[in-house]
Parts: sequence; structure tokens; C-alpha cells
Amino acid sequence: MSHAQEKNAVKRHPGLMVLIGVVFAAVAAMLAAPVKPVILWTDALIYLLITTLVLFFTYVRSKEHLRAPWRQVMQRPLAMVALIVLSVYVLVGVLDSIHFRKALPAPKTSVQNTLTETHYSVEVLSVLDVLFGPIREQVEKSYSAPLAVQLFTKDMVEQADGSTLRMYPRLEYGGRHLDDPASQHQTDIMQRIAHAAVQAIVLWLLILVLWVATLSWKYKTGFGLLLRQILAGKTLLPWRSVFITLGVFVFLAMLIVELGVAYHLLGTDKVGNDVLYLSIKSIRTGLVIGTLTTLIMLPFAVLLGIMAGHFRGWIDDAIQYIYTTLNSIPGVLLIAAAILSVDLYISNNQEFFETVVERADVRLLFLCIILGITSWTGLCRLLRGETLKLRELDYIQAATAFGASNTKIISRHILPNVMHIVLIAVVLDFSGLVLAEAVLSYVGVGVDPSMASWGNMINSARLEMAREPVVWWSLLAAFWFMFLLVLAANIFADAVRDAFDPRVGRGIA
Amino acid sequence: MLAYILRRTLYAIPILIGVNLLTFWLFFVVNSPEDMARMQLGQKRVTPEAIEKWKKERGYDKPLLFNAEAQGMGSVVDTIFFEKSVRLFVFDFGSADDGRDIAYDIRQRMVPSLALAIPVFLVGLLLNITIALIIAFFRATYIDYMGVIISVMLMSISALFYIIGGQFLVSKILHLVPISGYEGGWSAIKFLILPVIVGVVGGIGSGTRWFRTIFLEEINKDYVRTARAKGLAERVVLFKHVLKNAMIPILTGVVVTIPLLFMGSLITESFFGIPGLGSYTIDAIRAQDFAIVRAMVFLGSVLYIIGLLLTDLSYTLVDPRVRLS
Amino acid sequence: MTSPLLQIESLQTSFATANGMVRAVDGISLAIQRGQTFALLGESGCGKSMTALSTMRLLPEPAGRITRGAIRLNGDDLLQLPEVAMRNVRGKRIAMIFQEPMTSLNPVLTIGLQIAESVGRQNTAQAVRTRVLELLDAVGIPDPAQRYHEYPHQLSGGMKQRVMIAIALAGEPDLLIADEPTTALDVTIQAQVLDLMRQLQKDTGMAILLITHDLGVVSEMADRVAVMYAGQIVEEADRSVFFANPQHPYAKKLFASLPDIKKRGQRLAVIPGNVPSLATEFSGCRFVDRCDDAINICHTQPPAWIAETSSGGVRCFKFDAAHQHQFATTEKEKTAPGHVAERLTKDNKALLAVQGLKVHFPIRKGLLQRAVNHVKAVDDISLSIPESHTLALVGESGCGKTTAGKSILQLVKPTAGKVQFADAELTALSSAQLRQHRSNIQIIFQDPFSSMNPRMMVTDIIEEGMITQGIGGDARMRAVRVDQLLEQVGLSADTKYRYPHEFSGGQRQRICIARALAVEPRLIICDEPTSALDVSVQAQILNLLKDLQDELGLAYLFITHDLSVVEYLAHEVAVMYLGRIVEQGSVQEVMENPLHPYTKALLAAVPVIEKSTGGVERSIVSVQGEMPSPINPPSGCHFHPRCEQVMPECKINYPAERISGKTHMTRCFLYKQ
Repeated sequence: MSHAQEKNAVKRHPGLMVLIGVVFAAVAAMLAAPVKPVILWTDALIYLLITTLVLFFTYVRSKEHLRAPWRQVMQRPLAMVALIVLSVYVLVGVLDSIHFRKALPAPKTSVQNTLTETHYSVEVLSVLDVLFGPIREQVEKSYSAPLAVQLFTKDMVEQADGSTLRMYPRLEYGGRHLDDPASQHQTDIMQRIAHAAVQAIVLWLLILVLWVATLSWKYKTGFGLLLRQILAGKTLLPWRSVFITLGVFVFLAMLIVELGVAYHLLGTDKVGNDVLYLSIKSIRTGLVIGTLTTLIMLPFAVLLGIMAGHFRGWIDDAIQYIYTTLNSIPGVLLIAAAILSVDLYISNNQEFFETVVERADVRLLFLCIILGITSWTGLCRLLRGETLKLRELDYIQAATAFGASNTKIISRHILPNVMHIVLIAVVLDFSGLVLAEAVLSYVGVGVDPSMASWGNMINSARLEMAREPVVWWSLLAAFWFMFLLVLAANIFADAVRDAFDPRVGRGIA
Repeated sequence: MLAYILRRTLYAIPILIGVNLLTFWLFFVVNSPEDMARMQLGQKRVTPEAIEKWKKERGYDKPLLFNAEAQGMGSVVDTIFFEKSVRLFVFDFGSADDGRDIAYDIRQRMVPSLALAIPVFLVGLLLNITIALIIAFFRATYIDYMGVIISVMLMSISALFYIIGGQFLVSKILHLVPISGYEGGWSAIKFLILPVIVGVVGGIGSGTRWFRTIFLEEINKDYVRTARAKGLAERVVLFKHVLKNAMIPILTGVVVTIPLLFMGSLITESFFGIPGLGSYTIDAIRAQDFAIVRAMVFLGSVLYIIGLLLTDLSYTLVDPRVRLS
Repeated sequence: MTSPLLQIESLQTSFATANGMVRAVDGISLAIQRGQTFALLGESGCGKSMTALSTMRLLPEPAGRITRGAIRLNGDDLLQLPEVAMRNVRGKRIAMIFQEPMTSLNPVLTIGLQIAESVGRQNTAQAVRTRVLELLDAVGIPDPAQRYHEYPHQLSGGMKQRVMIAIALAGEPDLLIADEPTTALDVTIQAQVLDLMRQLQKDTGMAILLITHDLGVVSEMADRVAVMYAGQIVEEADRSVFFANPQHPYAKKLFASLPDIKKRGQRLAVIPGNVPSLATEFSGCRFVDRCDDAINICHTQPPAWIAETSSGGVRCFKFDAAHQHQFATTEKEKTAPGHVAERLTKDNKALLAVQGLKVHFPIRKGLLQRAVNHVKAVDDISLSIPESHTLALVGESGCGKTTAGKSILQLVKPTAGKVQFADAELTALSSAQLRQHRSNIQIIFQDPFSSMNPRMMVTDIIEEGMITQGIGGDARMRAVRVDQLLEQVGLSADTKYRYPHEFSGGQRQRICIARALAVEPRLIICDEPTSALDVSVQAQILNLLKDLQDELGLAYLFITHDLSVVEYLAHEVAVMYLGRIVEQGSVQEVMENPLHPYTKALLAAVPVIEKSTGGVERSIVSVQGEMPSPINPPSGCHFHPRCEQVMPECKINYPAERISGKTHMTRCFLYKQ
């Protein structure tokens, strides 16, 4: 390949370029900073998944007939909004998947020690943790309501004169900057919201102008004309919805910057952790379960399903036997049995794990594997049925008439023609898996209790339901974060199904 | 027909054997009885004697598959595999870690489970089909659009929130029914109303959407056009022609779940404190009582296979083209 | 003249598709008199079915919409009626039957119930039942009382269409709309159904709007004809006038492109190109791109409707007094570019020789799934094809002709028999050996939509065989060969980077031919290659196949049900009935002097295009009943239950082969020596 061609290849694959850039930047940052990169099992798989996705979409972009249904998805405003919501979640998840351990300050004792290697903290942090620095570190004593300046429960507080008084103590961090909360609290919040709004609008306008300018350059349309078309919602791609959604997210981000640092925007939990931080940390857990599970089960489902349908006979019988057997065991019980075994294994082999995070990560990975094993049967059966239909089609008969081998027939004729089923199954499964995590964590066979997850949040908050007045914020926070992700995934899945499934007609979005 | 049922029943045997081998492997091979005892008794600080005692009490002190010490049949029979796995085939579930008879517990707990599961199933099915039919009647209108949006939103909410929300609203704020608990007899009703409502509402989203898809697929078929060409009213077309054909895919999805109603609902029962099989299972998982989990796995598999058979049989009721042979 | 029963005035129907709004029907006007049979003739996609559905107001919603016009039934404008009132029109004043009897009946309701639904509610249950039985009897369904309780899947295609007719008749409609009522049926069954419709029309006096693409059916049935092209009516006339002298260039070309025995050895006239997409904005005449006579104005201005004297009309500038003179006065006869010499190789050494080929599929039953019976799809057939010859394998659907083709290719494993190709005995080869012989025999399928992988580009599709068989050299040479092949089948080489969905049915069939040619086969099995195509496109493909045979010396096994194609193309014919060949011989022997009663019946059932002005009143029903199931074929001669010349002996033994003339083989006791 000549140099010019190479350049062209990069030009044609902007996704690839971005990926390469991100990898370089990350490596450079890691080398420069006094940190030791930690690649957890799930991190590695996430990187693999992202690489696969980027390659997949680069390929799709180059083929017009593969692009067409995606364009149809993109043209639906609701699907586009869902896609942006998902992207924001994914961005958070990816930031939370770049892990490292900080170097401990070198002990300044004696000369001979200067030669010893640097020691690293046992605490594994992610880029997200660093970004959320103050919010993560500002841990209160116990429950506090959203935006509160004092604890939720009364406690004995030592007064300046030495006497103790039973009252609601001031929070250590939330609203610390206020001298007289009673009079300043509300105005301070209002001011900060107003600040956030102004900053958000400025930032949003900046994005808007830059974006529209890029578009107008790309499509060779006048800036003003394009802007008017976008505002009127008359563009082919629903840019207006995109900008509105972006605006909302920019505002929320500004709100976190302005309010989240000075207060606990969504309150604190029993041990005083910031609920907003916990909810955001939970995003990665949800995404990992929703995507890695699918990644793990896909090879089984696709390979076995197609083989059963194509070869028929005893191979079909054997594969059908395997999935009927697996299917006949109630899913929760199989997961419970397997997770109990894993737990036992982990607790007997503590020495394998340097940090708590690594241990929790292995458990998360096993949860994904087990969920994957229990959930491939449905797709496998679908693919078997479709392959049975396909193998009778004329073009496969024609390939047989050429003397094409089974491998060729499967890889060139069957696989590409069942990919839409795989795709639909993957996007439809995602939301179900995110929801399943919560239930499994409730049953006690979900993710490690030390890991932030919506399931764990609900589980611990549920116990406080009986308290008067109710501690509602962490429950509600988990609810909204989860609901938004699952709803966006469902809407997006709907649009994908409509675009790819020849049978279903028009749905929503 | 009879030959068909017989063949299907015979086909169930290898599947159940597979299930048993799998659970045996998970419970006795991946983790030895030693590990189990250690976990039950509290990790590291246990004496070997305590472990031996624990194993003996539960019959886990035997060899796994082959007993070299025993005579004749005993070498096969006097093993953990035979005692714990093969016995399941005659529904001999043995006893739980606390010494209670599992079979007795299952019989006792089936009643509350069914008292909750059957109403949820029936009311849910009827309600979902009705809503989906209404949406299908108004297809491609604003009502359809809103219906789908609402059902997608409903199905995006975790089941846990339906329960928590229901308990909070109905019991805690309105004080209409007790938050949780159970009594036998007719007074069970006041404990069951809320879980039933929660169960039904929680299923509306996904149920309605699924049925709507089925109905719309049927509505686009040629025979519906024929029915319209006869001058039949849309109502007749929907109820007489579409609904009857839609029963075929509906039965595929629904009948297989009917026997599984016996298994109860895991989280609903546990949240509402209903002493059914669902909460039994959850408690067993939390207490890591493997004997109960094994029994429930076997029971679940048997019920699933019965469900598959029932599905096939139910086709003969709705689809004249199907003749089992 | 009295006011017409149905009058359609400038009807316009739009249809939303993925490519935007399509005007499926664009300003159609027609009038149907009481008792008249009005045929709407046109190729697929011309909007004829949409016209029918618009009349019933049964357009698929929300995609289809009537945007303009009026439809008057006895003076009431149907488009103005509320939906509730429309229900009293459907089934009662206008009834409709559809093309696909297989899917048009509700599979889970008994046929008695489905007919009863349209009988009417005012009657008592007993009266309804009596009426249903009457109707079943009227449409010629034997044993009505028993059939009443049967389900659609228990009936054959022809019987289902009879049930559809019974449903339509139940409301005693003034008008019956029949949308391609016999297209899905075999020719002998088509004859029966058409005859039934004629009978019923005579009895009830209803009018029929017959929608069809088949000139033969029009000729047999219609009183009046309207030809549709791309959403418009281009010609309308009485049947006799139309058939004697079609006016519009399109109609003329349709006649010329029909294959028949008189055109043997000549090229068929073709209408170049394809029916234009209705999504295009037309600036001139819609036929202009395919018309030989087009002049400038045809491109720029849409032609107006010109009423002819004989109550008909035509939409063409040729008949516009203002432009008539611009057309060349003498009609160009473009049909026959000379005789192509019949090439009959003297060397009659068989390229393919099939001996006693059997394909039996087991039917498994019981606890152990033992094979209790067999479907004898192909039951002992023998045939041979010499080089550059065409053998036509003719028969109705279900006779086993497709299975025979596939088992010759070893796509279906034969149960018994020999397939000798050149020097190789194909049935005895291992799958690896067989792979090496694969390039010799190729296949072209009926359905141009499922015969190519939608995810592959044309070049990959054509190249696949070459790569698999290791012929055609390296990648560069293969690329050259692909271009060559595409041009050979009449496509431009720059289409090779496109995907199948971008082509029309005829173009796809060309690509399939190129794909088969790529591995340089000596025999091509053509499995109904033109039956999914429109007449005008069929002619293109037949010409192409003929040219290729002349150029490359290919042999064809041509599997078809269409006798006119056989007459035109084949050298030899084998007629199949229920898994066996009942008559075989050269095309002259079999077509001009058919011996077997079944062959005679097949030939008689083909609708005849009668160009004479006199009305045709012949009964076209040639044979009663339908082909029985190959699971339990009748004893003796399989055809005896339907044979009019049946003898006692026919019920006992299967007749042996008997050769008369040079090569004419028959299996019938009528010709026992």
C-alpha cells in the first residue's frame, strides 16, 4: 500500500483515527504521571469491545447497503436522543475503565532507599475518580439529604463552651463555605444554579456554532441557511433534537461543577458517601453487565445456532439437547449456584488479588460469564431456525452447485445474512441485562457488595424504607440513573429493530 | 397423539440427567463438601472434626461417585451422587441444612405461591391482551404511538421499583393494606392484593408491547384483507380472525410458563414476606443451603419440560394444521 | 347505452414507500357495464391491483391513500361513503378474490364458517348452513357437507380458490373483482376455475373486473380490455377489436414478445428495458424509453387520451391528428431479424444420461420415528440430453420436476438410479470427487430474488464459482472475465460493484446466468427461469438463452410448466406426471401429435389467443379433478382417475413404455401394440 493510499485509508476511517489518538494519549499520560496503569479483566474486555465496535462501524461506513439501515435509525429524532444519552453513559463508563495506582510519596529516610523502586498505593483509581476528586473525597458521617448543610440524624454535638447538645450537626463538607446557612443557604443555591445556567448557555452556544460551522463546511451550505433549517427541524438528520439534548447534558454537567462540589447534590448515604458519585460510578457496572455478557455469549450462540441449522442431523440433535437442558434450569438458580461456587473459590484464594477492586472485578467478570451462559440459548434457537430457512434458499443451493465448502457457505452466505438478527438480539438484550443486575444484587448473587452498582444502592436503601422520615434520595437517584439508561437503550433498540427487521413495520421513535 | 406424548416424555429423561449432572458438578465437584462445610461453619477457624461432623450429619461424607469400600450395589448406591442426585428422580429431595424435610416444605409453600402467581398470570394476560388489542385497533394513530411510548417507559423500570413504589404508596402513605406478611385462609386476600397489583402492573409494559407486535404482524396478512373484503366490521376482524391466529405465537410464549408458576415469584414473595417457594429459594440461596437449591433446580427443570409438552399439546387446540405425530 | 355499473373517474392513488411517495395509480378512468367482463391487463407494478384495492377501499393503511377521483357504483360515489356504509358495499355489492388462495383464507377457521360469514346475518343458523352448502356445490366442490367442516390447509390450491369464489358469491354481488385469480394455479386448474367463473357469470349476471397479466386469459374471458402501463391506461377497446388490431406500441409489442411455435428459430421481439419506477416524475410518455416509434414530442409532452371511434381509445401521439404525420408511415417490422438456423448436431451422443432416477423422501411416524411411507417425488425417470440440445421437462406443480433437476445436480441425494454426465457417474462419486465435476452442470433458479446473496456484490457473486472451482486464473484475469460475462449476458461491466437489490427481476436473472456461465458449464438446468418474469422481460431472457446455446453449444434441461415456452425453445420434451415421465419425444412429435391423454389435456388447457373477431365460446376445461398426492399415488396408471378414456386395465397396471415414430415414447394403454 502506497503512502497516499494509507493516508486515504485513515481519512476514510475517522473512527479509527480517533481510537488511535485516544490510545496514544492515554499511554502518554500514563508514562508521564507517577502512576502504574492497572488493566482489570473487564477493562481489557471493554477495550476489546470498543476496538471491535470501531472496526465494525468503520466497515459499515464503507458499504452503502450496510449503512442504509443505520441512516434510517439516525433519522429518527427519538432514536438520536437515545443515542446521545447512551453515548454520555458510555463516555462515563470508558473514563471509569482506565485504571491506575498512584505512586506513594517516596519515604525520605536514608540514602540506600533512593535506589528502591517506587511503591504504589493499594487504592485503584480511574480517570473518572480523578475528575470527581473532591466529590469522591468529601465523605460525611452518615445520611444527609440532597443539598443539605446538616446531617439527617440528630447527634450529640460539643458546643464551643464545652457543653453537648443534641442537634443536627453541620456537615463537614456540604455547604462548608456558608457562614450562616439559615439565611444564605437558599440564595447560594439559586446563585449557583444561575451560574451554571449561564455557563451552560455560553458553552452550548459555542458547541452549536462550531458544529453548525463544521456541518456547513461539509455540506457546502450557507451557515445561516443551515442554522435556520436546523432550528425549524427540517434537516434530514434530526440535528435540532441533538442540540437540545446536548444542551440539557451541558447544563447538568455545569450543575455538577457548581453545586456538586459545594454541596452533596443528591445527598449522602449511610456511611456518608456522595450519592451522585455512587450513581455515576454504577454506570460502568451496568454497562459492563449489559455488554460483556453479550460479548461472551455471542460466539456460542452464533456458532452453535448456525451449525445446528446448517448441518442438521446429529449435530443439530446435540446442540438442541445442550440448549434445552440449559434452558430448563431456572436462570436465577443456575446463576446463584454458579456465583456461590465462585464466591467460595474467591474466598479460598484471597492471595491472588492485590486489591479489593481487582477481587470485585473478577467477580463481576464471572457474573457476566454466567449470565452469558444462561442467556445464549434464545439467540441460538433463533439462529438455528433462520439458518434452516436460509439453507434452502436458491443462492445457497447455487453455492453448493459450485462445490463450495461448508466453511465457505457458512462464512460467506449464512453469517452475513443472519447478522441483523444478532444485532437486534444484542441491543434488545442490553436493557434486560442492566435490569437483571439490580434483581440479582437483591437476591445476593449480583456484583460484589464493595462495588458501586444500582442494585447495591437499591438493596441498601431498601432497608431504610421503614425510617421516618424516609431516606428517599439514594433510591430515587438509582431509579433515575437506571431508568434513563434502560429507556434510552430500549428506544434505540426499537429503532434498530425497525430498521433491520424486514418483518416489523413502523414502531415508535 | 399418545405415542407423541410418550416420545416427548422419554426425551425428557436425558435432559433431566443432564440437569442433574450439571448441578452435581457445580455443587460437589467445583466445590468439595469440605469447602461447603468450611463456608457454613465460618471460614478459617474451624476444626477438621467440626467439618467431619457437619458432613456426616448431612451425608456428605460418602465418596462422590464410587464407593470402593461398600459391597455389590452398595459401591454405586452408597455415594453422594446416588444419594443426592439420583434420588431426585423419585422426588426424594432429602432434608435441608436445618434438618427440615424439603419435600414437605415444598408442598406447604406451594399454596401461597400459587395464590399469588395465578392471579398475576391470569389478570396480567387478560389485561395485556386487551390493551394490545385496543392499541392494534387504533394502529398508526396517536393512541398507538402514545401506547407504545408508555409501554416502553413502563418496561424500562426495574421490577424492584414497582414493588418499592407500590409498598410506599399503597401501604405507607395510604395505609390501605399491610406492607408485608401472610395469613392462611381468606384473610390472605388482604396480603395478596398489593403484590398481585404490583405484579400485574410490572408486566404491562413488556406484555402489551409483545402482544401488539404479534397482532400487527397478523393484521398485515392476506386473510385479514379477505375478511375486510367480505364487509366485516373491524371489531369482528380483530376478535374473530386476528385474535384466533395470534393465539398461536401467544401460546408459544405463554404456555411454557404455566407450570413454572409453581415456582413462585422470587422477589415479590420475598419483599412482601409471603411464605411461598420463591422466598424459600431466595432464603436458601442467601443461607447457601445447597440441598434446597438442588431440589428447586430439579423441580424447575421438570416443570419446564412439562411446559414444553403442554405448549405442543396446546397447538392442537388452536391450530388445525398441527397434528402431533 | 344505460349508465354503467361501475364508473371510475380519474382515480389517483398514492403509496408511501421507502423511496418516497409513489403514484401507483395515476388518473385512471373506466366504466364497467352490468354483466360485462372487463379485463385490466398489465405487467407487475403497473398499478392494476392498486386500482382494484382502491375500488374496495382496502388499501393498506396508512401507506396507501386515494388522492383524487371518484368511484361510482350505480351512481353512488364510494369515496364519499363513511366506513360503516362502505362495509355494506364490500362483499354485498362488490366482492373480490385474490391471487394467492394459499394465504387469503384464514388458516384457523373452517371453510364453512368463512363462507357463512359473508352469507349474511339475517338468516337463521339452519338457513345459513343450507346456503353455504348450496354455494359450495355451485362452485363445484365435491361433497360439500363434509368439506364444510374442513380447514383451508386440507384443500388444494384450486379448491381454495373455489372457496374464495364461494365467499365472493355469497353476497350476490353486482361486481366481482378478480385479481389475478388463476396466476398461482396450474394450467389445468386455471382452465377449470376460469370456466367456473364464466358459468357463474352466466347464471348470476354479475359483472367481472378481471385483473391479469395473461393475454391468453383475457382472450378467453373478456368482453372489453384496458391495458395499463405505469399507472395509466394506455389503450381500451372491445376484446375482438383489441385482439384483431392492437393500437398502442406497447400492446403490439406484448403480442410480439409471446413465445409460440410459429416463432421457433426466430428471435422474439423484445421490449427493451424495464417498466419505469413509479417514483419517477414523468415528463413525456411513460413508454417512451422502450418504444421503437418514439419521436421528439413523446419525450417532452405526456400524450393525451384519444378516443377512437369504436368506443375505445388509446394514449399515444401516433393517433393524435396533430402529430400523426410525424411518424413514419410504413410500419417497421422489427420482430424477426432473420432466421437463426436450427442447429441440430448430427452427433447425438448423450451429454447427460439419466437412468431410473428415483428420489423418495421418507415419512416418519410413531415412537421410534420409523419411515412408514415415502413421498415418491421422482419415481424412476430416464432421460438423456445430447450436446447443445434443449430438453424441456414439463409438468404441473408437485409433479417432481424440480426435485428431478436438483437430484441430477446431486443437490438432493437420489434414492436410486444413475446420472451419467459425459464420462462420470455422478451418483457414485465421493463428495470431494463430485466437487471437481461441479463446474460441468450449473443451475438457474425461478425466483430471481432469492437466488443471489443480498450481501454480496455482483462481481463477488460471479467470481465465487471461479474461485471455488479454481478456474479463470488469477484475480486480474478473473476480473476481466467477470466484465466479459456481464457483457455477454447483456449488462454493462460497470454494474459489477452493485448489489442484487439494485437490479430488476430480469437483470437479476441475467446475473444468475452469468454466474452459471462463469465456471464454463456444458449443461445448465433452468428451473422455471422465466415464470417469475413479465412477458416482455421473459422474451429477453429466452432470446439470451437461445443465443448462448448457439454460441457456446450449451445443453439445457429446461424445467417449466409453460407449454408455449417449450414449443418455442425446446428440441425435446418430456412430460411428467406424479414423479414419472408419461410422454417423451421431439418437440414436433409431442406438441403436434400428443398421444397421452394428460399431454392432450395440458395442451388443451392453455388459453388460446384468438385473433378472430368472432367470440370464443369453447369450453377450455380439458380435464377434471386435480393431481393426487405423491404419498399415495393411484394404483395402476397414476392418471387414470382423471382420464376420460380410462379402461379397466388402467386401474391395475402401470403402462409400459411404447415407442412410436422415431423417438416418440408414451406410457399409455391406449397405444398398446
